[in-house]
Amino acid sequence: MNAAARYFTNLGKGFWTVLIGMRVTMRHLFTPAVTIQYPDEKMAISDRGRYRLYVNMDDCIGCNQCGMACPVDCIAIETAKSLPTENLGVTSTGQKKRLWVTKFDIDFGKCCYCGLCVPPCPTECIYMTKVFEFSEYDRKNLIYSFITLNPDEVEEKVSQAKEAEREAAAKKAAAAAAQAAQKPASTAVAAERTPKTQQPAESEPKAAGSQPEISPSTGENPNEASLKKDPSQEEKPS
Amino acid sequence: MHNFITYYLGTGFLGSFVSSVIPIVFVLSYALVAMYLELKISAHMQDRLGPMRTGKWHGWAQPLADVLKLLQKEDTIPTAADKLLYILAPLLVFVGSYAAYAAIPFSPAYIGADINVGIFYVIAVSAIVVIGILMGAWASDNKWSLLGGMRTAAQLVSYEIPSSLAVVAVIMVAGSLNLNDVCAAQTGWFWNWFVFGKFPFLFVTFVIYFIASLAETNRTPFDIPEAESELVAGYHTEYSGMRFAFFYLAEYANMFTVAAVASVLFFGGWNSPFGTFMSGAVWGAFWLIGKGMVLVLVQMWLRWTLPRFRVDQLMYLSWKVLTPFALADLVAVGLWTVLR
Repeated sequence: MNAAARYFTNLGKGFWTVLIGMRVTMRHLFTPAVTIQYPDEKMAISDRGRYRLYVNMDDCIGCNQCGMACPVDCIAIETAKSLPTENLGVTSTGQKKRLWVTKFDIDFGKCCYCGLCVPPCPTECIYMTKVFEFSEYDRKNLIYSFITLNPDEVEEKVSQAKEAEREAAAKKAAAAAAQAAQKPASTAVAAERTPKTQQPAESEPKAAGSQPEISPSTGENPNEASLKKDPSQEEKPS
Repeated sequence: MHNFITYYLGTGFLGSFVSSVIPIVFVLSYALVAMYLELKISAHMQDRLGPMRTGKWHGWAQPLADVLKLLQKEDTIPTAADKLLYILAPLLVFVGSYAAYAAIPFSPAYIGADINVGIFYVIAVSAIVVIGILMGAWASDNKWSLLGGMRTAAQLVSYEIPSSLAVVAVIMVAGSLNLNDVCAAQTGWFWNWFVFGKFPFLFVTFVIYFIASLAETNRTPFDIPEAESELVAGYHTEYSGMRFAFFYLAEYANMFTVAAVASVLFFGGWNSPFGTFMSGAVWGAFWLIGKGMVLVLVQMWLRWTLPRFRVDQLMYLSWKVLTPFALADLVAVGLWTVLR
């Protein structure tokens, strides 16, 4: 008897639950759909959403803090020292700009949109926008260049900075040579007064003479190149 | 006159040909509409939108796009497949589904073939589908297709029994196997329909017939043969392009056949629910197609409500629930008919 009772109760329950289910589906037939029909309608994006970056070049001082912070190295920055006579202006935070930014490329194909480049910027010129619809057919078109100088100006600034470096290095060499020339003269006078120190006085002019040859070679390109690559070393934020 | 085509064009080749082409025109257009309804209704029941872009206005051209796509597909036949059976299978399935339309009375003035064994013919011809499915499953040379085909055969054959018993109960009340006579016995207002007759037994008969017919057409919750998550696509896994389109079309044609038969047997067929108001030859077609569509919509409704049956649950339902109930119901209806 128990089996029969169970049979009929199961049957009844099965039937009843099917009807309940049908009522649920029928109700849902008339509830409005929750689909957001992109691209005609778009979802709201939060203010802190991490999408495409933007760099305000008016505030960029070329410190490369963002480039160094980037975990995937998608930011490429090159700068050129400005001449003392040029006035690049002042950032919105009151810093005087001293470097021409000759290259500021962000490769959005590499960018992982982590936002780690935003906090290190001293002038808050790099930040994330709400733009996420910027697909391209060619990967090269995802490399965005943010500099405000046109290519001629870039060439001009770079060569001008190189010139200034060379002049400064030559000046330094000349100054060092002049100093070396001065030294033997003073020691020769000292040798006449103290005959005991004759030998060291003789060896000195030779050492002094060789100095001008060494100093220009050490003051040349390697230093310049290292300065260019790490502009943060020469830039001293005030 | 029972068939206005043969009345005007004679029973020769022309008359028979036109008479047999009309249901296919209906089936093709109905299949497009049913596909669209399925997409949209299933979407809205799931709180989403369904097709919205094909054809600009709410994606109305989606089924059309699907058909055109299927037509353009490559016709592949697996190398190890049994070529003849592989090619014949979808044809058999479609022929089996379509042949049933010959005996369905679309209107008092149109029935494809006014045969005295109408409903018996419909049931018999629908069984050809089983052969087609088994052929397709075997010829695909695919283990899962074969499993799907075996399950289908078991399911279809098991559910023929309660389905036929339910039909017999109605025939006992109507007194004839001819579907036109069954319709004629339900004239008048809607309370004359068989579904409300010999209450509650004929209502139970309708429920049994409806559930069994869901299994006949492989609709959820009985869609194990084509369970997408279990057998890829069951017996029609290896079919693509037009061959698959035949299977698909056959499924929709079957859905309407079964719905139309249920309308004729239980809901008055081409009779208007309001007696003589809105009745006649053209109205009759409207009522039959309308009632059929309502039942098709209920079939779709159930599809998106219920989860799939397990094979053993399916067999249990057929043999241990529907068949005993159908037999008991048959006895009850018979007694009522005889003793009244």
